[in-house]
Amino acid sequence: MTFSLMLRRSLYTVLIAALLAFFAIPMLWLASAPFDSDPGVGLRWPDWTLDNWRITFEHPYALGSLVNSIVLCAVATIVTTALGTLASYALSRVRIPGRDALLYVLLLLSSVVTGTAAMVPIFVLMLQLGLINSQYATGLVIAGGMLPAAIFILKDFIDTVPRSYEESARVFGASPGQVLLHVVLPVARPGIATILVWAFVQAWGNFLLPFLLLRDVAEQPAAVLLRTLRDEGGSANLTVIPAFSLLYAIPVVALYLFVSKRYGFRFHGGIKA
Amino acid sequence: MRRARDSAGLGVARAIAFVSPALLLVGLFLVFPALWTIYIGLTDYTLTGPSSVAPSFTGLTNFVTALDDALFGNAVWLTLVFVLGSAVLGQNLLGFALAWVLRSARPVIRRVVEAFVLLAWILPSVVVAYLWTAVLDRDGGTLNALLGNDSTAWLVEYPMASLIIFNTWRGTAFSMMLYSSALAAVPPSQLETARTVGANGWQTVRDVVFPHIRGHVLTNTLLISLWTANDFTPFLLTAGGPNHESETLPVFIYQQAIANGELGYSAAVSFLLLVVNLLVALLYLLLLRRRA
Amino acid sequence: MIELTGLSTVYPNGVRAVDGLDLSIADGEFFALLGPSGCGKTTLLRTIAGLEQSSSGAISLAGRDVTKAEAGKRGVAMVFQDYALFPHMTVAQNIAYPLRVRRASKQAQQDAATSTSANLGLSDYLERRPGQLSGGQQQRVALARAIAMSADVLLLDEPLSNLDARLRLEARTFLKRLQRDLGLTTVFVTHDQAEALALADRIAVMAEGRIRQLGSPKEVFQRPADTFVANFIGSTPMNLLTGTVRDGQVDVAGALLTPPGDLRLTDGAPVIAGIRPEYLKPGTEGITGVVSIVENLGVTSLVTLECPGEVLVGLTVPEHEEPAVGATMTAAPAPGRLLVYDSETSELLTA
Repeated sequence: MTFSLMLRRSLYTVLIAALLAFFAIPMLWLASAPFDSDPGVGLRWPDWTLDNWRITFEHPYALGSLVNSIVLCAVATIVTTALGTLASYALSRVRIPGRDALLYVLLLLSSVVTGTAAMVPIFVLMLQLGLINSQYATGLVIAGGMLPAAIFILKDFIDTVPRSYEESARVFGASPGQVLLHVVLPVARPGIATILVWAFVQAWGNFLLPFLLLRDVAEQPAAVLLRTLRDEGGSANLTVIPAFSLLYAIPVVALYLFVSKRYGFRFHGGIKA
Repeated sequence: MRRARDSAGLGVARAIAFVSPALLLVGLFLVFPALWTIYIGLTDYTLTGPSSVAPSFTGLTNFVTALDDALFGNAVWLTLVFVLGSAVLGQNLLGFALAWVLRSARPVIRRVVEAFVLLAWILPSVVVAYLWTAVLDRDGGTLNALLGNDSTAWLVEYPMASLIIFNTWRGTAFSMMLYSSALAAVPPSQLETARTVGANGWQTVRDVVFPHIRGHVLTNTLLISLWTANDFTPFLLTAGGPNHESETLPVFIYQQAIANGELGYSAAVSFLLLVVNLLVALLYLLLLRRRA
Repeated sequence: MIELTGLSTVYPNGVRAVDGLDLSIADGEFFALLGPSGCGKTTLLRTIAGLEQSSSGAISLAGRDVTKAEAGKRGVAMVFQDYALFPHMTVAQNIAYPLRVRRASKQAQQDAATSTSANLGLSDYLERRPGQLSGGQQQRVALARAIAMSADVLLLDEPLSNLDARLRLEARTFLKRLQRDLGLTTVFVTHDQAEALALADRIAVMAEGRIRQLGSPKEVFQRPADTFVANFIGSTPMNLLTGTVRDGQVDVAGALLTPPGDLRLTDGAPVIAGIRPEYLKPGTEGITGVVSIVENLGVTSLVTLECPGEVLVGLTVPEHEEPAVGATMTAAPAPGRLLVYDSETSELLTA
């Protein structure tokens, strides 16, 4: 092994180590601070304790906000998935007049009308409708923002379900509802599951919309409360914030791992390709 | 040969019924706000005070004000810097570098590094903001601990630089995955030809790889720039401070609308942002279409 | 059982996939729709099934007018080319599906699955998923599902094309026996003429949305109604030779051949003589040419003769009688095997 090769190899290793450190180090705080009896802003080997957790659970709004998050995300996710599946099914199978233009417009909308660009009119809309502080309304707004992308992804999925499945069921006498329920949805399950998880994760992490529209602390989901914890009293509540952050972050990470492990394949069983 | 028309026997009427609920929601919360913001921008609507109950039509006043407003100009400038630094340069370069370097890494190493990069992307923004606040803190922050420094409050003294580094860290995953698949599509035989000819890494990238991924670079840059320009996360780190030094456009809009209650004015600014978004998105779609 | 009257299916772009068809298929018949790609046979099948809406004409099944009826309400069962077995259901659930759609009891569904699968040798596979079965087994499950529906008519879209060559022949025999045992009126689509000849009771040879010939395999093989059918049917290409009528005989390839006795031919009229290579017998009189190519077909050999006027004529000879290349040979059609076609209309000239 020549010297230059060894040098190259070591540089390469150093580079990868540096990149890894760059990405990993900021995250270490999440592993240490929640368990530290005297948590600081910085990274240090913790003085292991579980007290922070007890205090977090006893915090008047912490667990409540997690429940709020679940409700909010459930609304947004279910609405997005249900309406998105129906719409993408129809768009995939039937040539409605103007379908291609519609898809194009949807794609544009999802990129152009971002939360930031729409924050003012949405705020005003909700204000005038008296829907500030409504979990369900906020959930619907979030769903509205996610639908175009959801429809796109789902339509792609449903396009790959062979049409002969549906035709076969139809000839056997199945009504369109039965065709959808018995044949299409089960086969499109991986796609639907992906959207379910994606929508949930998006909604869970969404800060701006709940921040704007849910002003009452009792209604706030975890995303917003986590920030509120910093502002109240001026200085950060470091006993609760790290633990709560971890608690708040875990579902996202878990879901992501779950989906990538389970649905990395495609269902090809019944068709002799 | 077979025309695939309505294999499920849905019928156009039922199909329209299936599509309508989704379209209704999209219309209500995406289309309508986008259009309505034009109207609000033409009034002097405010959150409180007389103009909140009886706003009057002021025409293009808000837009004219914006052009004169130093804070608006500041926000636009800062946003440009933010996009250039963290998206066009930061995420792009780092994403490509990661994709390139990891190509030849052992699968285990590759998976570990990719996992952390992805984790930075999927963690919720509020959490990530805290992580970096922790890193950049003057007294106990990780960065200062590593540097042996205890006098620099990074977020206060170098807010834009901090934001740029932060956003690069946050969003590189997307570019990395994109360049990973783009690189995988470069014919191995061409890469091997370059190697046998004696080209070094940089030359290979310039002569063999880049021509293949040129289109991807452009579309990727457009997309992540669009996302970065609209990103609200800087608010979580610096809230635009100190003294507007890191007040990118999203933060500016928020401050004007909610903190100052200037709904009409901020709606006008929002509209300008929408127009820019539209132009970028159209360009992006055009390029995609052309490539396909 | 199936009556099609003046049936047309026109696509939005104006293509007449099925063009004014009249067809009558009897009860219990095994009927083939045969033709090249794009001839409209699959469109016709799908129109009968109700998956495509006919543009004009009428369809009646078992005495009922079903022209406007929905696909599920016509009493037809269909097996698709890719079998369309639902991957998320077991074999038993797949077979019982037609009953599930009609909300039959769980018991009835189970019984149907058990009995139908027993008839087709699938009893051991009831709990498997389609993805775990071989091609032949999948085909039988698809058939079982169609049978379980207790329909009046069975439609098969290219039933054997997804199987590999060896399996195809076994499946062919299996299919023929199954249809005979069930006595179910069956219509199947194929582009393979050998398959149609082997399986069908009657064949409709189609081109461009129309039926060119309707008849039994024997009729279609021995007396093709026009040159298109003559070309399409038969494993070895039929000799179609241009010639003229001279003194009541057919002057072709430098020889004078005697046409079937009862044909009325106009002297000097241009005709096309059709003779299958299998029906050209070596002899002393007839078409003479030089042997240029000898192809071994197993039990016979296909000999190509170069005849006067640069006309190529093919004939088959038994395995021990292959001529040498370059030798001169004479062959004449066996009695009654010469077919004469009108040059202009390409139709068979009959008495």
